[in-house]
Amino acid sequence: MNLPAEIEVKGLNFYYSGGVHALKNVNLPVYKNTVTALIGPSGCGKTTLLRCFNRMHDLYPGNRYEGEILIGGENILSGDTDLIGLRSRTGMVFQKPTPFPMSIFENIAYGLKLKGIKKKAEQSERVERALIHAALWDEVKDKLHASAYALSGGQQQRLVIARALAVEPEVLLFDEPTSALDPISTAKIEDLAVSLKKDVTIIIVTHNMQQAARISDWTGFMMLGDLIEFDRTDKIFTSPSQKLTEDYITGRFG
Amino acid sequence: MASLYKKNPVDLLFSSITAIASFSVIVFIVGIFYVLLSESLPAISRFGVLNFITSTDWNPVRESFGAATNIYGTFITTTLSLLIAVPVAVGIAIFVTEIAPNFLKGPIGGAIELLAAIPSIIYGMWGFFTLSPIMSTYIEPALKNSLGKLPVLEILFRGTPMGIDLLTASIILSIMIIPFTASISRDAFNLTPAVVKESAYALGATRWEVVKNIVIPYSKLGVFGGVVLSLGRALGETMAVAFVLGNNHRITTSLLDAAATITVTLANEFTEADTDIYLSSLFYLALVLFVMSFVTLAIAKFFLLRAERKYSR
Repeated sequence: MNLPAEIEVKGLNFYYSGGVHALKNVNLPVYKNTVTALIGPSGCGKTTLLRCFNRMHDLYPGNRYEGEILIGGENILSGDTDLIGLRSRTGMVFQKPTPFPMSIFENIAYGLKLKGIKKKAEQSERVERALIHAALWDEVKDKLHASAYALSGGQQQRLVIARALAVEPEVLLFDEPTSALDPISTAKIEDLAVSLKKDVTIIIVTHNMQQAARISDWTGFMMLGDLIEFDRTDKIFTSPSQKLTEDYITGRFG
Repeated sequence: MASLYKKNPVDLLFSSITAIASFSVIVFIVGIFYVLLSESLPAISRFGVLNFITSTDWNPVRESFGAATNIYGTFITTTLSLLIAVPVAVGIAIFVTEIAPNFLKGPIGGAIELLAAIPSIIYGMWGFFTLSPIMSTYIEPALKNSLGKLPVLEILFRGTPMGIDLLTASIILSIMIIPFTASISRDAFNLTPAVVKESAYALGATRWEVVKNIVIPYSKLGVFGGVVLSLGRALGETMAVAFVLGNNHRITTSLLDAAATITVTLANEFTEADTDIYLSSLFYLALVLFVMSFVTLAIAKFFLLRAERKYSR
């Protein structure tokens, strides 16, 4: 395995403010320009792990990390990490579409403005590029200044992906991005994820094992805060080395 | 519709009781409006509509009555109190929902609700015995010596600082409406989905940017609703301002002068109304307030509906 690891998780423990030990000594690499899926039964800690990569947990007081997460060699869990900088290098897409209360154009330009890109011409160019990138341009190019709420759920989710892409992140974090969408919209998002990996590294949390099998290159199976197994996706789904993994993917529990 | 009445007798009884309760509201509104209108008819026929509203003359001795001074006092105290209260209330709501650590949220929320529960007469007494002396001794002379020395602004601070004036009344009124605006704004802010806020944080927004660009736009309808409710309350508030406004039927540019609002005039003068036309004019004044409140609410509803249509796809 001499692939370049973009992210390295080393001995990660995570405690919620109530003291719940949600991640237990998790170690895993995330390779550059791949899709890594995190699967496991509800409450296994996969979303908790995902939210460590952009330190979303810091929004709520009392949460505590131990261990290291190295992104490009830099430990983002260290006390002096610039959270604003970290978050502009990592995009995040949630279960439900989260358009902001503004127009389609402004939704995407918002991240650019936060980054200090104020020139209208550059904004327009990057908004267009992001929308093309997210396979949404043809559907919205005539109504860029309409409210983002006017779009369908699937379009809104692609808008949110375009918004994340516009700031050119190194990593995209997907938290069950298709769980609120119909099958056609889901297929579009899945195709998008696969096509995006040439530019960004993607980590996706999913409840849908077929989805993990379809789009990911690497898969981590988690249970009760432990990372049980991490391997190439085809290996996990054909010949897992752990009994628990096999039981889960064959539908014996979860 | 017919099936509604074919149901069993208990259901019918129940439906009738709820229907009667609901229709009684309409009966009350119509009834109150009717009484105001019929009692003020003599004044309406004597002073007319436009003349009554624009006349600054309020003279029981010559039996000449105009509402302009009262409308002006109501307008100034209401506007000024909203100008003071809204920024403070929105600030409180932002602090409580977005900034304060959890252990502070409860106590501050409770204090806001307690402030709202204080009867307005107590605000009036506190205003008269505590705030008014503080205003006349410290704050008003300071304002007079600073802002009062500037050109143009100077007209707002003419006269002797007595502490019984438009400024003091507006401050009391603003303290009274802050809890309403704050708790409604807080509820509105809390409706912003956490995941939408997180999305903005995930893009690298700071707390201030999230409040400014996400939370406030998301909840501005609710906040606007809170402001309108406060406006309604300020328009009709009597006891809190009666003590500290004086009762001066004059239009004055100075905030340090005593004035009269519609409500305060009504509260003070019903007992002294010794002629029929005096009494009728007071009813007429009440009718004006009724219409003002009604129009305010109607305008607010109109804007709320329009904004709602614009935002919900």
